Amino acid sequence: MATSSDRNPPPFPATDGPKPGLSDLLDGDSDEGDDIFVSNRINPVSVSRGVSQPEPADLFSQEEAGPNTAKSNGVNSDDDNDLFAEAQSDLGSNTPSSATRPDVSTSSGPRPASSFPQNPAALQHTSLEQLEEEEAKDSFDVDVAVTNPEKVGDGMNAYVAYKVFTRSSLPIFKSKAFSVRRRFSDFLGLYEKLSAKQTLHGCIIPPPPEKSVVGMTKVKVGMDDPSSLEFVERRRAALERYLQRVVSHPSLLQDPDVREFLERDDLPRAVNTQTLSGAGFLKMINRASDAVNKMTIKMNESDTWFEDKLQEVEAEEQQLRKLHAVVDSLVNHRKELCGNTAIFAKSMAMLGNSEDNTALSRALSQLAEVEDKMEQLHQEQAASDFFILAELLADYIRLLGAVRGCLDQRMRAWQRWQEAQSTLQKKREAEPTTRQTAGTEWETKVTQYERDFDRIGMSVRKEFLRFEKEKAKDFKSQIIKYLEAMMQSQQRFIKFWEAFLPEAKAIA
Amino acid sequence: MMEEVKDASSFLSVQVHNIKVTEVLQDGDSLTFIIVSQKLSGTGEFHVDRTYEDFEWLQQHLFSQEDVPGIQGVIFPPLPARLQVNPSSKALKHLGFLGLGEWQPYCKALEAFLRQVAAHSVLSKNRAVEIFLTSSDPPGRQKVKKNIFNRLSQAVEEMRKEGHKDVDDFFQTKRDHNFLLTGYTKMASEKFLDVVLTEQKIAVACGHFSTALHLCVEQGENPEKQDFSQVCVKLSEVFNSIKKSMTSTAMNDMNSLGLGLDLETRYQEAEKEMLFRRTCKLVELQNATKNADKAKPVKKAVMEEAKKATETEFRQICEVAKKEIIQLESKHVETLKQALVQWCEKQLLTAKESAEVYSQHLQTFKRMQ
Repeated sequence: MATSSDRNPPPFPATDGPKPGLSDLLDGDSDEGDDIFVSNRINPVSVSRGVSQPEPADLFSQEEAGPNTAKSNGVNSDDDNDLFAEAQSDLGSNTPSSATRPDVSTSSGPRPASSFPQNPAALQHTSLEQLEEEEAKDSFDVDVAVTNPEKVGDGMNAYVAYKVFTRSSLPIFKSKAFSVRRRFSDFLGLYEKLSAKQTLHGCIIPPPPEKSVVGMTKVKVGMDDPSSLEFVERRRAALERYLQRVVSHPSLLQDPDVREFLERDDLPRAVNTQTLSGAGFLKMINRASDAVNKMTIKMNESDTWFEDKLQEVEAEEQQLRKLHAVVDSLVNHRKELCGNTAIFAKSMAMLGNSEDNTALSRALSQLAEVEDKMEQLHQEQAASDFFILAELLADYIRLLGAVRGCLDQRMRAWQRWQEAQSTLQKKREAEPTTRQTAGTEWETKVTQYERDFDRIGMSVRKEFLRFEKEKAKDFKSQIIKYLEAMMQSQQRFIKFWEAFLPEAKAIA
Repeated sequence: MMEEVKDASSFLSVQVHNIKVTEVLQDGDSLTFIIVSQKLSGTGEFHVDRTYEDFEWLQQHLFSQEDVPGIQGVIFPPLPARLQVNPSSKALKHLGFLGLGEWQPYCKALEAFLRQVAAHSVLSKNRAVEIFLTSSDPPGRQKVKKNIFNRLSQAVEEMRKEGHKDVDDFFQTKRDHNFLLTGYTKMASEKFLDVVLTEQKIAVACGHFSTALHLCVEQGENPEKQDFSQVCVKLSEVFNSIKKSMTSTAMNDMNSLGLGLDLETRYQEAEKEMLFRRTCKLVELQNATKNADKAKPVKKAVMEEAKKATETEFRQICEVAKKEIIQLESKHVETLKQALVQWCEKQLLTAKESAEVYSQHLQTFKRMQ
């Protein structure tokens, strides 16, 4: 396979090729595309790309990209010119949530794709070969990536279309690797369908990212300014994590709507996304919870497990909110530090220029340059703080809402059973003639609803266990990414200081 | 730091280069500084305690040495502004770097002042310096006669003179250069202060995050929650480390480059004041010359006398000023060099230490998987 890293990366499935809406800021240079997340550069292991799973039994663990490290293309460039504002799709792919390993969307990590010739078919073929050799042991794999945001249309009717790329060897899919284009409302539509269907299954349905009128309006107007780019990148990353969570859920993956979402070329437009149009997902969940709380018949819990869990979840949600607020302020301070560093760099440059002593003048100018480089490091750190930590916390705040939703599902099942029981009671107390027929019908219902309720109870317990496990894994992997990015920054700080010291000492 | 130990030793009984301000004692609203200096002959130290008023006393004595020829050409080592116990935000802003930390930068600045005065060939001759450094009694608090020159608060009419064209190219160039340099140095100092303050804010936020994470951990939990609790505990430790690293970085900034830029700024302003004094004397001389020329025969002799006296004063000032300027320039390079080297070395050390700590945290998390 060709490995020229200078080549303009092919459109499939690499993402660091020029994208129409973002072409101003994305050069064709694949090196620049790699480096928003500094961690990718030096330590491909952290990137957890690629498909091979060293521990096939452990579906959700962070993978070690052992054999794939060698294939990383352009990853090891030490390009210092990354700016946070130039949000690129690589950012999101660095957030592997629970299970899936999206490797194709990023330019970092083992992506043989980016070194392939332009022919998509050949591309697919070779990546398949690799898939097959590497995942012999793997029984469960679905990799999903959301990439290539492109603005479609103009004016207020414009929207952003994303490429959803799936790679899987599971037989439920028609092919091994495929992609479709989806817009934001399609994702919301998927969520609507899943929650409608899953209400009685006791499932924690991953929540989609929230709508944002302000954010989208800016994008509709123009997608080239830093804050629009940031918004689009943030949304792209969130959509990717959303899909990854959906496909890593064993029951949801079986859902035909999920498959349709991933596979079908022309998806009918989702029209019922109104519930999510207001102030978002959590408000909706809260409204549903309130309705449940207002139930007149209070459940008599023989098993306090569920009550305890609800309290735990509510407490945890509060804690995460606090954490998120602190991280938010940290991000703001970092951005402030960027600004201040840049201004300081300029003032040192001016001081250096007006200095008579040559060596001192040169040292001061060098200092100005060092400070400029520091500013970039601070920007990257701010991006790290935001895209890794803040978004992780925000995701889990929403996920805990989904957990509450799951508990509500059980309450509703209980309610349905109770109501059926009281109906049955009424029928029994009614005329003896109807008793026979109606009785049987409602007896069946009561039995079935009781069974449903028990089943849901078990399912909810299972879901909780799975959720806790996922949460710990998710946090661990994100924190590792965060630390690796920080380590990289530190190494670069050290390099800058080491380079400057002789200049300072040379002043005479 | 200029070390004219040979000259100073004939007037002072202390070693100049290691005068230290070792402590600050607070009594209500007043601050007392402990100054320690090494005896020149034999072993032993002088320990004296001084208030800010004592420093001002010293400065006034230095300013008011009218009998020293060309005294107005001296670039007086700048005394830092008064430090209040509970400074207003305006006062804090005025102090800049000297208001940060727990008074350490301020003590360092006072120290620098004393060393510069003690090392100055002209100023160290003044008895006040010896008394200040060695007398166990507080130096007299009596009012010194009004000094000839105030600090920056010059009357508006005087300000006109600042732009007065010079007769000497050397001095005109120096004045122009000083004007530029003063502005840039002050700005660099202020902008650097902004950087340091933001670094401190980041440190505080990291501390908050670390604390908040601890609240996520509950005792006696179900096994499935323990994994996550461990994550929170470890992440809390990570952010504590980040906080320490940021705090160190800010401290390094403050104590090396921050202090250096601050001192430079104040020295540039001291030079500006000296140049202004000289310019004023130039104007005075030119007026005296004009008056002497225009004077009627009756007054002519007197006017000529006055003109001659002014001429002498001006000449003496120029001589001293030239020397002082050249000295300041080499001192300036030396100050900045030291500040930059010290800053760089400290930051490098902190960065390496932080990298080591972060690496350990990373290993901890990887092992947890």
